[in-house]
Amino acid sequence: MEIFNYFKAQTIEEAYKKLNENPSNLIIGGGAWLRLSSKVVETAIDLIQIGLSQIVETESSFEIGASVTLREVEKNESLANLYSSIVNNGVHGIMGVALRNLVTVGGSIFGKYSFSDLITPLLAMNTEVEMYKGGRMPLEDFLKLRTREKDILLKIIIQKEEGLGYYYKMKKTGLDFAVINVAVTKLNSKFKIVVGARPSLATFAVKAMEYVNNQSKITPEVIEETAKIAVEELKFGTNSKASEEYRTELAQVYIRRGLKEVTNNEN
Amino acid sequence: MAKIKFTLNNKVVEIEESPTARLLDILRDKYDFVGVKEGCGEGECGACAVLINDKIVNSCIVPLGTVEGKSIVTIEGFSKTKRHEVLRESFEEEGAVQCGFCTPGMLIASESLLNTNPHPTDEEIKIGLSGNLCRCTGYNMIIKAVKSASKKGDGLW
Ligand SMILES: Cc1cc2nc3c(=O)[nH]c(=O)nc-3n(C[C@H](O)[C@H](O)[C@H](O)COP(=O)(O)OP(=O)(O)OC[C@H]3O[C@@H](n4cnc5c(N)ncnc54)[C@H](O)[C@@H]3O)c2cc1C
Ligand code: FES
Ligand code: FES
Repeated sequence: MEIFNYFKAQTIEEAYKKLNENPSNLIIGGGAWLRLSSKVVETAIDLIQIGLSQIVETESSFEIGASVTLREVEKNESLANLYSSIVNNGVHGIMGVALRNLVTVGGSIFGKYSFSDLITPLLAMNTEVEMYKGGRMPLEDFLKLRTREKDILLKIIIQKEEGLGYYYKMKKTGLDFAVINVAVTKLNSKFKIVVGARPSLATFAVKAMEYVNNQSKITPEVIEETAKIAVEELKFGTNSKASEEYRTELAQVYIRRGLKEVTNNEN
Repeated sequence: MAKIKFTLNNKVVEIEESPTARLLDILRDKYDFVGVKEGCGEGECGACAVLINDKIVNSCIVPLGTVEGKSIVTIEGFSKTKRHEVLRESFEEEGAVQCGFCTPGMLIASESLLNTNPHPTDEEIKIGLSGNLCRCTGYNMIIKAVKSASKKGDGLW
């Protein structure tokens, strides 16, 4: 990556104006991922002085600013009350403390990384994204947005729901990217199932969720069937980390375990 | 090129450089702080660890522009403190240094850990040092050394 100018915006309006002055201009978070790219950037815009570095707890939600680091998310004890701490645990599994002290929520969400250990648990919770121009939208809709219009991610908003959760990142070595990751949550008898690193971006197993949420009792057979439906509907692929077949097998196992865990923990 | 001003080992410095330059290269090549090592160059091994505003960060993945206004401490700066002395002695006594390549990063990681948690358990030490790889020691001696420093240096952190 090559950056010609570095601009510390004082206000969000100023950042947005600068962002649109040149097609190559972009926002820089921790810069850890950007640094690996081969982009040539006229101006990188730093948001650090705008005040998006807080986790604000309101009566009904947590608002996490774009400049908050993943380490701050990991260490936030109030967030750990949501869905058996799956967000804290998810980011805890990303590399070492020295990386998590640097990388930001804004960069991690805006980048829409398919291996993300943040997006998968967040999707299985009740999360919205707030963009400067695009406004507020569910994380699911943000992930589906095709045209990457130039915009600034201001914060994410997580509803305070104390449901049960399960998150598992299957990785080959301690510091590696996920071969597959799975989040399962349960709130008021409703399950959500999300699978990421397939190797494509995290998504809901919609048919499996519909099936399990229509059952009056969660038996071992129902769990088995739900996991089967999930891997039939989801697309898996092959890359250097794992084959399509292996990922399909793994996903089925972890979905089963997730469903069992959030069901058993209730009793 | 841009002018970037920051504090380096307690001294205010200003440098005219590309904001994309790796902090690691600037520390080694422009300021001669060669205690900061390059292992992987990709954020995975912790050999290049420094403290930025008291928090451990891998300097090989930090674009220089992001350190404007911040305070950076390298192993050279840290080595002037009493806490370093305690850690160094504990590392020596426990045999936690073999080839020594990972040691500056391990000391910075230990400092960062003890700063937030002066009496860590073995498990907490493992988590605190999880981003720092060592090819020689097998880690057990390093964990012991951090434990021993935490005891000996009680009150320093
Ligand atoms: C060596 C390494 C290993 C990693 N391993 C993992 C892993 O195992 N699991 C995992 O989940 N993640 C992993 N990551 C990714 C990491 O967690 C971050 O998600 C990633 O580095 C992006 O965060 P950043 O702050 O560095 O963003 P940057 O690199 O600064 O930015 C990333 C992108 O987002 C844009 N951007 C940033 N902030 C905003 C904003 N507020 N509004 C609009 N656009 C914005 C940038 O323009 C850029 O396109 C790894 C990263 C590295 C470098
Ligand atoms: S050289 Fe920076 S983490 Fe390995
Ligand atoms: S002592 Fe050789 S790498 Fe750690």
